[in-house]
Amino acid sequence: MRKAEFIMALVLGVFSAYLMWKSAELPIGWQKGIGPGGGMFPFWLSTGMLICCVWILVRWVRRTSPPSQSEEPYMDHQTAVLIGMVVGSLTLMIGAIHLVGVYGAVPLFFIWYMRTLGRHSWTESISLALITPVVTFFFFEILLHITLPKGYLEPLFYPLFELFL
Amino acid sequence: MEILQLLLGGFSVAFEPMNLFLVIVGCAVGLFIGAMPGLGSVNGVAILLPVTFIVPPTSAIIFLAAIYYGAMYGGAVSSIMLGIPGASTAVATTFDGRPMAVQGNADKALVAAAVASFAGGTISIVLFTLFAPPLAKVALAFGSPEEFALMMLAFGTFIGLGGDDIPKTFFSIFIGLVLSAVGLDVMSGEPRLIFGDISGFFHGINFLVLAIGIYGIGEILWTIETSKGTVAVASATVNVQRIIATLGELKKSIKTMFMGSFIGYFVGLLPAAGATPGSIMAYGMAKTLSKNPGSYGKGNIDGVAAPEAANNAASTGSMLPMLTLGIPGSPTTAILLGGMVIWGLEPGPRLFVEQSDFVWGLIASLYVANLFAVILNVAFLPLFIWVLKLRFTVLAPVIFVLCVVGGYAPTQDMHDVWLMLLFGVVGYLMRKLDYPMAPMVLAIVLGPLAESSLRQSLMISHGSPMVFFERPIAGVTMLIAALLFLLPVFQAIKARIKGVNQGNAGKLGDNSAGS
Repeated sequence: MRKAEFIMALVLGVFSAYLMWKSAELPIGWQKGIGPGGGMFPFWLSTGMLICCVWILVRWVRRTSPPSQSEEPYMDHQTAVLIGMVVGSLTLMIGAIHLVGVYGAVPLFFIWYMRTLGRHSWTESISLALITPVVTFFFFEILLHITLPKGYLEPLFYPLFELFL
Repeated sequence: MEILQLLLGGFSVAFEPMNLFLVIVGCAVGLFIGAMPGLGSVNGVAILLPVTFIVPPTSAIIFLAAIYYGAMYGGAVSSIMLGIPGASTAVATTFDGRPMAVQGNADKALVAAAVASFAGGTISIVLFTLFAPPLAKVALAFGSPEEFALMMLAFGTFIGLGGDDIPKTFFSIFIGLVLSAVGLDVMSGEPRLIFGDISGFFHGINFLVLAIGIYGIGEILWTIETSKGTVAVASATVNVQRIIATLGELKKSIKTMFMGSFIGYFVGLLPAAGATPGSIMAYGMAKTLSKNPGSYGKGNIDGVAAPEAANNAASTGSMLPMLTLGIPGSPTTAILLGGMVIWGLEPGPRLFVEQSDFVWGLIASLYVANLFAVILNVAFLPLFIWVLKLRFTVLAPVIFVLCVVGGYAPTQDMHDVWLMLLFGVVGYLMRKLDYPMAPMVLAIVLGPLAESSLRQSLMISHGSPMVFFERPIAGVTMLIAALLFLLPVFQAIKARIKGVNQGNAGKLGDNSAGS
């Protein structure tokens, strides 16, 4: 926990400095006749972020904040594997949306998630994997007219749109 | 009299068939979400907001407010049956609700929770109806310095009353505000903070991307981590006779419910406080005032009634500053406020005048939602108990898919989906280290308004910050905000003085023992 607290504050501190530099691309001071420059608001707030990170680090050194005192692991092995698998499969699903679209990626995600992480039966996994995209399609595409990405599977949907729209 | 007329007009909006239907569906969805351990109103509202684009704004907010309401009812189910709060707002309900369930009185606790929620809801909506119009009238005179001062007050409550780590709370507010500044500068039209020249940042970071990331993806990761073990569901038999008997018993708790409702309502008004501390305070107060405080924590029915009345009252309370001042009173109302912007409404004091139908339709719908929530809650208790047995590996992927689709829908850009995943994961990692998330979401919603009111005020005053202190309302608000920001400093000094005194006393004690 203590190590994680340090790393997080450091990373966020570097990010704050980057934000300051990035905000300074626009004027950060008072512009005559116009008022405060466009970079003022984010610049001074990122400065505040940086100060907070330094403050957190000072508390870390003095061991005054609870995480900087804690000797418990930030994440035990079992949790790390579990969260890693969930985040990994989410990343793969979102990545797959670019290729095979929502309607290709979602069923694959469901089958993978329910079979490997949930150890559900094939019947349960496959039925949810089929129901979810169908409901999504009718709700978003037909009712809301929001076209979700379909990747290379786009041509398959032309007949469906002709039928329902 | 005028209020009554407006309220009647509101009821004609709330009773339109579609709105009535949405209230019922919203309550049911809210009850379901509230009953699921880990998920509360804020998660439901964040994930389902994109779904409401189909209906007009009034119907959309009626639907979301019903979810908010239903979730406050539903939270008790998991608190009582599992001993795990269904939402953070129902933490205090576990104190006596769980012991009651263990003693075989789960059904009594559930009915008590429902009735108390109804009482809390009703009392707070009446208070709301009476307070909102005059407050909105006062707020009409507000200019940009007052607006900015109010926002400082909202952030001040997080520092002074939030109870989280101070530098981390500040950080959370700052990063939320900076993220809201990404995109085009409203005043000069120049692009700013376009990271890596990625075109997706030009349209800014939609607050929903952050809200769904944190309250959808981040929350599920959090729940996956915390609910690894198996939990035992208490058994409950629900029948009409026992319900009627419980109602009779609850007559004694009327005073407790009243007290809980008032505490919840007024605590709910504050942005940083809201339903969770409101319900805990109500529990504490009920215990203190009780003739038999020893029975609390061992299954006292008042210990269920007080927090449940309070959390419902707080949810209504948090809508008051949202509708009258444009300052959300809770994370959930922050998301509703962001929703209003998406729907093309301008939140703030003028809402009451310019969108009277919208405001009064919402207020009237709260009365309706309260009624339906209690009916649905009691009628479908067995169903909500069944929900608890549903395994999280079924719900998690469904919610993930809703998050992805919901994150995509507002801007129809995959860039936002990736950003949402990033916010979800980083938010989860930060939350593990006690970084509070609510101030960040509030800040990204209020950010654009905070910036424009600050810059406009400074333009009026030609750069002098005194503009915030010279005007009476802004000055007083700023002063209170400043006190809130400094409150932790006072507390630290007090603690140190006390520590020194105790240290001295300790030394004296040692000496006397030695001599």
